Amino acid sequence: MIEVRNLTKHYGDKKAVNDISFTVEDGEILGFLGPNGAGKSTTMNMLTGYISSTSGQVLINGTDILEDPIKAKACIGYLPEIPPLYLDMTVKSYLNFVFDLKKCKLPRRSHLRDVLKLCKIDDVENRLIKNLSKGYKQRVGLAQALIGNPPVLILDEPTVGLDPKQMVEIRTLIKKLGKNHTVILSSHILSEIQMVCDRVIIINHGVVAANDTATRLSEKVSTDHRIIVRMEGERVAILQAIRALDGIKYVRADMEREPGIWEYEIEAEPGRDIRRDINRLARENEWNILMLKTMEMTLEDIFLKITMGEHIELGKGAAK
Amino acid sequence: MGAIYRREIGAFFTSSIAYVFLSVFYIITGFFFFLVNLGNSSADLSFVCLTMFIISILLIPLLTMRLFSEEKKQRTEQGLLTAPVPLTSIVLGKYFAALTVYAIAASIMFLYGVMLSLFGTVAWLTLLSNFIALLFVGAAFIAVGLFISALTENQVVAAIGGVASLLAFLLVHFAASLVGNYASLGWLQSILNFLSFYSRYYEFTCGIFNLSSVLFFVSVAVLFNFFTVRVFEKRRWS
Repeated sequence: MIEVRNLTKHYGDKKAVNDISFTVEDGEILGFLGPNGAGKSTTMNMLTGYISSTSGQVLINGTDILEDPIKAKACIGYLPEIPPLYLDMTVKSYLNFVFDLKKCKLPRRSHLRDVLKLCKIDDVENRLIKNLSKGYKQRVGLAQALIGNPPVLILDEPTVGLDPKQMVEIRTLIKKLGKNHTVILSSHILSEIQMVCDRVIIINHGVVAANDTATRLSEKVSTDHRIIVRMEGERVAILQAIRALDGIKYVRADMEREPGIWEYEIEAEPGRDIRRDINRLARENEWNILMLKTMEMTLEDIFLKITMGEHIELGKGAAK
Repeated sequence: MGAIYRREIGAFFTSSIAYVFLSVFYIITGFFFFLVNLGNSSADLSFVCLTMFIISILLIPLLTMRLFSEEKKQRTEQGLLTAPVPLTSIVLGKYFAALTVYAIAASIMFLYGVMLSLFGTVAWLTLLSNFIALLFVGAAFIAVGLFISALTENQVVAAIGGVASLLAFLLVHFAASLVGNYASLGWLQSILNFLSFYSRYYEFTCGIFNLSSVLFFVSVAVLFNFFTVRVFEKRRWS
């Protein structure tokens, strides 16, 4: 379990991270999302004890990272943004070194074998790290984080440089690891976070902009009052009929999707569910509804909105 | 500490650094050994020991330049500093690895002794005390070089900075004799003499084993290793 309380980091006058608090429970995967320079890596570096915080506290399984760094660090597997690889070593000797460095008590041979297999790097174990491709290097970096089977994993952009197939593999692996580890994962790739993480923290300008599950986040900002309908019928008549409904803010039809079938974008007043009204209209006029969907926001939209400084009502407990 | 020590030793011998260091060391000292001892049929190794001291100044920065600057440049220090090991053992692991390679170089002295013993009698005790002195001087020099390597991420800067600082330690000796011309600066001369690596080492080559000098070299080593630890401590807190 990771507890972060009022964590702040100043670089001179610049506040890189400003008063961040959150907790990650055991067996939870937390996604860390934010534009470049938002303070993601700084926060992760503070969590792992690489740099100190200006104020605030980090507890790893109840141990303060600054008070008892050795004990706290022993619980963490860390993959930094740039994996800390010694290029002149072979994969195997490097992992052996990490094994010794972490003072691992597990049976060496079988543990290394497991990690090599898990990260799918057993085919390159005897090659020099400098001769490996970016994707392989990234996976060796992940392997060094997994050595010693630490209960907490902190991964800074683990899928950077991987091809799509490897990305899926690593995501599946992280998901699997998340069952019995506490994982924090940062990424630019929103679909990745949505796929892997139980919970998302969006961080912007060094503060937590949102903290909730991915689905709840998108639910909160998605709305019943904005819908898209694809309807068969005469365009002008439909537009007029919809406009005549109660509480419609606007309706628009600027796309003819199929011959004679237009797509209507409708926004009603907030809190008003107009789907039934649309259905009734269609029945009465014998128009055919071919598609109806609410305009749900993806994490992408939320992310853009939040980081562009737009204010979104995220409801209780979500916005900070 | 053990893991870092073993990795560094491995890195010394998988890269060319240890081989370049050892061969240059052996070639230069071997040259003077041939010239002074074999050429003149002399069993007195004091001159060879003195050349070992001088080339240590030029070569030790070659051993230490990489140790921390490379870690910083390749961003591998992040792995070390987030591992559950104290800073002291990171510094000492690297320190003793460099010292080991240096000891391998310095122990060539015994081979010279064996070669001389074929032709005459060798003062083995003097030779041993010279070896010990050379080891402790190297211990101090390596600590200085390691400290400078921790300050920069450029190996060349670390190497040049290392040579310059070690030369400064040598020049203290000449400054002391210069200051000696002025009677009023006697206090300065005694301070400079106290700090002079050269005159302290010179005693050993004459066969005088001075324990206070050994203590001096050890203190310098401890002090600079402490500084190196502080460099990392400070960087973490700034």
